[in-house]
Amino acid sequence: MMRTWHSARRLLLLIAVFGTVLVGCGREDLSVLRPQGPAAESSLGLMKLAISIMIVVLLIVFSIAAYVLIRFRRKPGQDEIPEQIEGSLKLEVLWTVVPLILVIVLAVPTVRTVFALGDNHSGDKNAVKVKVTGHQYWWEFEYPDFGIKTAQDLIIPAGRNIAFELTTNDVLHSFWVSSLSGKIDTNPTGATNRFSFSAPKEGVYRGKCAELCGPSHGFMEFKVKAVSNDEFKQWIEAQQAPAVLPEDPALAKTFKNQCLTCHAVGDQGLAVGPNLTGIGSRESVAGILLNDDTRQDGAPVEENLKTWLHDTQGVKPGNRMPDPKQDMGLTDDEIDRIAGYLADYKLN
Amino acid sequence: MAQAAHTLKSPKPAAHGVKRYTGLMDWITTVDHKKIAILYLWAGGFFFGIGGIEALLIRWQLIKPMNDFVDAQTFNELITMHGTTMIFLGVMPIIFALMNAVIPLQIGARDVAFPFLNALGFWTFLFGGLLLNLSWLMGGAPDAGWTSYTPLSGAAYSGTHGVDFYTIGLQIAGLGTLIGGINFLATIITMRAPGMSFMRLPMFAWTTFITSAIILFAFPAITVGLVLLTFDRILGANFFVPGGGGSPVLWQHIFWIFGHPEVYILILPAFGMISEVIPTFARKRLFGYSSMVFATILIAFLGFMVWAHHMFTTGLGPVANALFAVSTMLIAVPTGIKIFNWLFTLWGGSVRFTTPNLFASGFIPTFTMGGVTGVMLASAPADFQFHDTYFVVAHFHYVIVGGLVLGLFAGLHYWWPKMFGRMLSETLGKWTFWTFIIGFHLTFFVQHFLGLMGMQRRVFTYLPNQHFDTLNLVSTIGAGLMGLGMLFFLANVWITSRRPPDAGSDPWEDGRTLEWSIPSPPPEYNFKQTPLVRGLDALWKEKAAGNKGMMPAEPIGRIHMPSATPLPFLMSAGIFIAGLGFMFSRDDFASRLVGFLFNNYIVTGLGLLIAFGAMLMRSLYDDHGWHIEPEELEGR
Repeated sequence: MMRTWHSARRLLLLIAVFGTVLVGCGREDLSVLRPQGPAAESSLGLMKLAISIMIVVLLIVFSIAAYVLIRFRRKPGQDEIPEQIEGSLKLEVLWTVVPLILVIVLAVPTVRTVFALGDNHSGDKNAVKVKVTGHQYWWEFEYPDFGIKTAQDLIIPAGRNIAFELTTNDVLHSFWVSSLSGKIDTNPTGATNRFSFSAPKEGVYRGKCAELCGPSHGFMEFKVKAVSNDEFKQWIEAQQAPAVLPEDPALAKTFKNQCLTCHAVGDQGLAVGPNLTGIGSRESVAGILLNDDTRQDGAPVEENLKTWLHDTQGVKPGNRMPDPKQDMGLTDDEIDRIAGYLADYKLN
Repeated sequence: MAQAAHTLKSPKPAAHGVKRYTGLMDWITTVDHKKIAILYLWAGGFFFGIGGIEALLIRWQLIKPMNDFVDAQTFNELITMHGTTMIFLGVMPIIFALMNAVIPLQIGARDVAFPFLNALGFWTFLFGGLLLNLSWLMGGAPDAGWTSYTPLSGAAYSGTHGVDFYTIGLQIAGLGTLIGGINFLATIITMRAPGMSFMRLPMFAWTTFITSAIILFAFPAITVGLVLLTFDRILGANFFVPGGGGSPVLWQHIFWIFGHPEVYILILPAFGMISEVIPTFARKRLFGYSSMVFATILIAFLGFMVWAHHMFTTGLGPVANALFAVSTMLIAVPTGIKIFNWLFTLWGGSVRFTTPNLFASGFIPTFTMGGVTGVMLASAPADFQFHDTYFVVAHFHYVIVGGLVLGLFAGLHYWWPKMFGRMLSETLGKWTFWTFIIGFHLTFFVQHFLGLMGMQRRVFTYLPNQHFDTLNLVSTIGAGLMGLGMLFFLANVWITSRRPPDAGSDPWEDGRTLEWSIPSPPPEYNFKQTPLVRGLDALWKEKAAGNKGMMPAEPIGRIHMPSATPLPFLMSAGIFIAGLGFMFSRDDFASRLVGFLFNNYIVTGLGLLIAFGAMLMRSLYDDHGWHIEPEELEGR
């Protein structure tokens, strides 16, 4: 009895150590193991339960395997024939029933969580509605209640439930903010998905596309920025404000004729490509060139915009934007000045 | 049928009239299951090598962040072809190689039920596989993943012929698999030696039987799916095109209704091989034989009920997700039964660590690790996080490489002397085992954590500062070690092939089943006299009773043999030409003549003419086969 208790305690200790190692893994804004919101927490909770059961199973199998492989190895000169055992009803019932019980232990919370996470808050008046549309290879976020659209950076008020409605404009994508929630696919209209999560803490979280969608699938990243309620209101208002065009009328004309035929800023232009309103204050350019004035994770926004506009295919192979120089005839100087204008186009 | 027909009075004169081919023509025309096994092994090994090189290129690209060793498009082609090649053209043919080499011998038969179909199955697989791999040379390989999800794999987003090579190549190769499956079903049902009841079938024969049944029900699904996708792409249909009223989710259902049972098509034969190797080297009968049979059947049955667990994030809703989560978890129960039965076969045994048994012993813990992550994935809310990350990549490589490939290595080392008459070197075999298994765990164990830390699968590179760098480096080093293990194996095969064939009929000394009662390699008729089976582990039973070999169930007599024929090769070549012609039927060609030939379906027609012409020949020409006379049997 004492011995069983001792080995059980050792086992629990091992699981605890393993758990701490797991929890220490990865970036806070990215890792599944360091959840920052209730949805990701409930997924991790199930994972912890499952992995604890599985470690027990593995320890049993490994110990028996190690024991039989060492204990029953044929020694030199050993030539007798072992007893031929047909089976054992008791043992076989045991290893049918015990796994069945373990499965039930895991199945009950699984089913409960499936239905809990199934609440998509689509009828919730307090939830912020966001329509997510996947494009090769960028994300469009529409706030139908406020009549605004943005791209790449999803701004949400911290602590409030977000009611998502997700579709794709082309191929399948999958919307995944790993530290906040599990993923869900974006299907074409007709199979629109709805789900919900919230971010209790203010901060920036990394999002990725998790369904193969073409060459730049790995570069289809985005950010979720959780801000306070007041900041969110300010952002909405700034986003709704009339567009700010380049001061130089010639550049403004070029920008209008060449860029706003696909993009939009404020109330101007078309929304075929990513909306550019306030692009200077976003976390990244094209989702993959991280804006960082300290140059630790990336480069300042203006430099990133230049890198992007001078070589879109090099930055994001297979993307659908026409090349500013080769396809649209912009000069290097015009490109640099447009980059400068966009970098200065900040909200707030 | 190749069954002993000595009692039938054939009107034809004896063996003198039979046409014997030699050299290359012998291989092209053979209908002998043992030679077809070797063909499957070389062809499967060839494609496995290609898939392996693709894997090494993938790992080399991922060795460090923002690497530009290959470009994004090439990377997507590599991952698509790696998966497709390994599953359909690498491991499945090697499974078929072992089934062909062993099953007729294990059940005491002189060949499979339909030797002609057996050859046809091999050649359609080979031509399908060649067609698929031709894509590398003809304008780009398929790039939409081995699952080829629409709309990405549709004509609008995949403009090259890559996915056409995938649909038509797999269609042709799949034909071979279906033919093979039907053949083994018929063989095991009708051709067991006297006394071999179903509950005396060796475990590998049982798993082959169940696997063939899964093939029979699962492959039609992918056949239909591939036809619909071909229609979408080449003839402009709209089955999966959202704008035309089609549904991409439908493709996912069709694919996984095939795709999940496919996993069991792969793993069940490995279970069978392990169940043969362990009793032999533990000198102990398989623990709980009947529960093993029952567990195999249960796994196959449940395997058809769980496909939507690949689609938890598609948005099927909580009810479907809950149901499929629970049904998936249930598979853990019969699988667990198997693992404990193997462990308790070893318990109390007298265990010898030959190379096959090393692989089998490595298989048990490794496969268990793949199994438990499978149960973790079944928990739908956790899968919302796991899905499409490196965690899943780690899981299915633990099952397919840690399970199936280790099983195949065990089986290959075990039956190599029976197939080729030569024992593989034990020293090199142990080097293969240790490099391969250490490399394997290095490669894939760390990928669990990559997935949990947020690395999604199928990305051609990744940004730095995400804590992905070290683990990816470790993974690539492991892949190199696995490649080294493969080189040891190839060296072993090469060195062994230069030694004289000197393996006895029971080279492992503790053979339990019928294949070890006849010479290595067996004569073309396998059994001079069909053996009488008096229990499970028929040969072991005779040995235990003090007998030298099997008791014959018949006197020595004439043995009926099927004739060699080039027709299966011609039919498959015809289908290959027709497929290639159809694929390019809507293309513009620089040469008007070539354009004329392709655009008017003349190339397609020619191919079909060859295929149907060969079928007509087969139907009109009555081939009674030939006989081996008793004098010839004694003369050898």
